Amino acid sequence: MPLLSTVGYYEPWYVQILKALVVFGVGFSLVPLALLYERKLLGRFQNRPGPNRVGPFGTLQPAADILKLLGKEQFRPTNAIGWLFILSPLVAMVCALATFMLIPFSGAPQDILGTPVGLYGLDSDIGLLIVFAFASVGSYGVLLGGWSSASKYSFLGAMRAAAQLISYEIAQGLALLGVIISAGTLSLTEIVDEQSALWFVIPQLVGAITFFIATLAEINRTPFDLLEADSELVAGFMTEYGGGRFALYYVAEYVHLIVAGGLFTTLFLGGWHLPFVDQPGWLDPFVVLAKTIVVVTFIVWIRATLPKLRYDQLMTFGWKVLLPIATVNALVTAVVVVAW
Amino acid sequence: MSRTGTTSHPASDGLGLLSDDVVAVQRGPEPGGLAGAYRIFGETLRGLKTTFGQVVAGTTTVEYPEEKVPVYPRFRGRHRLHTFEDTGLEKCVGCSLCAAACPADCIRVVAAENDPEDRVSGGERYAAVYEINMSRCIFCGYCEIACPFDAITMGHDFELADYNRSDLIFTKEMLLQEPPVRTPLRREGE
Repeated sequence: MPLLSTVGYYEPWYVQILKALVVFGVGFSLVPLALLYERKLLGRFQNRPGPNRVGPFGTLQPAADILKLLGKEQFRPTNAIGWLFILSPLVAMVCALATFMLIPFSGAPQDILGTPVGLYGLDSDIGLLIVFAFASVGSYGVLLGGWSSASKYSFLGAMRAAAQLISYEIAQGLALLGVIISAGTLSLTEIVDEQSALWFVIPQLVGAITFFIATLAEINRTPFDLLEADSELVAGFMTEYGGGRFALYYVAEYVHLIVAGGLFTTLFLGGWHLPFVDQPGWLDPFVVLAKTIVVVTFIVWIRATLPKLRYDQLMTFGWKVLLPIATVNALVTAVVVVAW
Repeated sequence: MSRTGTTSHPASDGLGLLSDDVVAVQRGPEPGGLAGAYRIFGETLRGLKTTFGQVVAGTTTVEYPEEKVPVYPRFRGRHRLHTFEDTGLEKCVGCSLCAAACPADCIRVVAAENDPEDRVSGGERYAAVYEINMSRCIFCGYCEIACPFDAITMGHDFELADYNRSDLIFTKEMLLQEPPVRTPLRREGE
């Protein structure tokens, strides 16, 4: 067993750099689409059409939002810890985009202009660990941002983020243990390839539900959006942020949303595999995107449905319900895999 | 119900006697536990069904500047001054009763004698100046009631915003004209 992790497919260095830029660009340009999609969909759930004033069918609304935010003053509270205050949104955004890098959009390297290119930022055999690592580091953006703002609301939001983090990371990891045991690998492309016959959502249904709920908590979506909590904490950890820095947090939030959809697709919904159909390779990214959209739709649907949980309810649910379920799921999976 | 009455009410006297002002509270099952988690799941599914029903039900938005909610026939909007249909003479005789009735004091009337050769109104006198300050008007409709000749009525137009306060002083000519944009009127039974 080599000490260093290996990478599934190596491209030449210039393709790597190009790919990094492309992943960054795709991730960034998916954000306004996700933003518009969520607002439109949320509108439908509330019997209204959603944004439809800026551009045809409101398609330029995100652009208008972003331009407005960039035109605003970069405000900083007097007591704020300056460099942390500036760094935190960057940490949140970079880590969110870094997790996006690991979502595979196609297994076999695709032929682009004669050069075989794997349609993912990186396919390491510890891919899932990297995802978790960046997700954990990403929450530092929230924690430090709330703390360095020197504001009560921000601090409360950051504290809630910390409590939420420890309540859910473990359940989330354990929920995935079932998938990892079944697939026998941490590499995301190999996990997808294991699902060519049967998507993991069927044998790992309990794990899928647990992981989905934990993911909602991890990306701070309703019903677990305690750290923003508009009704009680103004805007939680980002109360003191405005303008471009607020936009960075917003980007991070929506990249998280997309990554959550992509990760669920990769781990449970068979990635680019379709049942009974063997589509050509160039269709793979679109299949992944379509599945991601389905998951994102469901997340928005849940946002339109459920109210916010109370602080103690969230922790009780995380520790007393999700963690045991995830543990039992992992144990049963392990027993089944070994016994067969 | 006195304050002391609530602190020592007989609800817990063990006899099951409830006085009239004590209401038995309906309680659901105890929260928490595995049963609670199970109920959360079921209720969540029910909620998801409910919200999806709203998507199916469609939107109820009225796209305001493009489409307007029709007003009722008795809606009190921008004033209109009227003329006789046959002769074309103004109905207003400059009596200033509207100005007297106006609680917001926003109507200004200056009357003048009619020239028999070139009549302006049907009566002896006419309103040489008739101004309504729309930024002060409260649309109470008292002017309409006060007018003995039905010369002033409340119209149906409500889009009166402007960039300049002086533009909101409507003169006689403006009030005599048809409004530039027609406000939709609610039909019978709508």
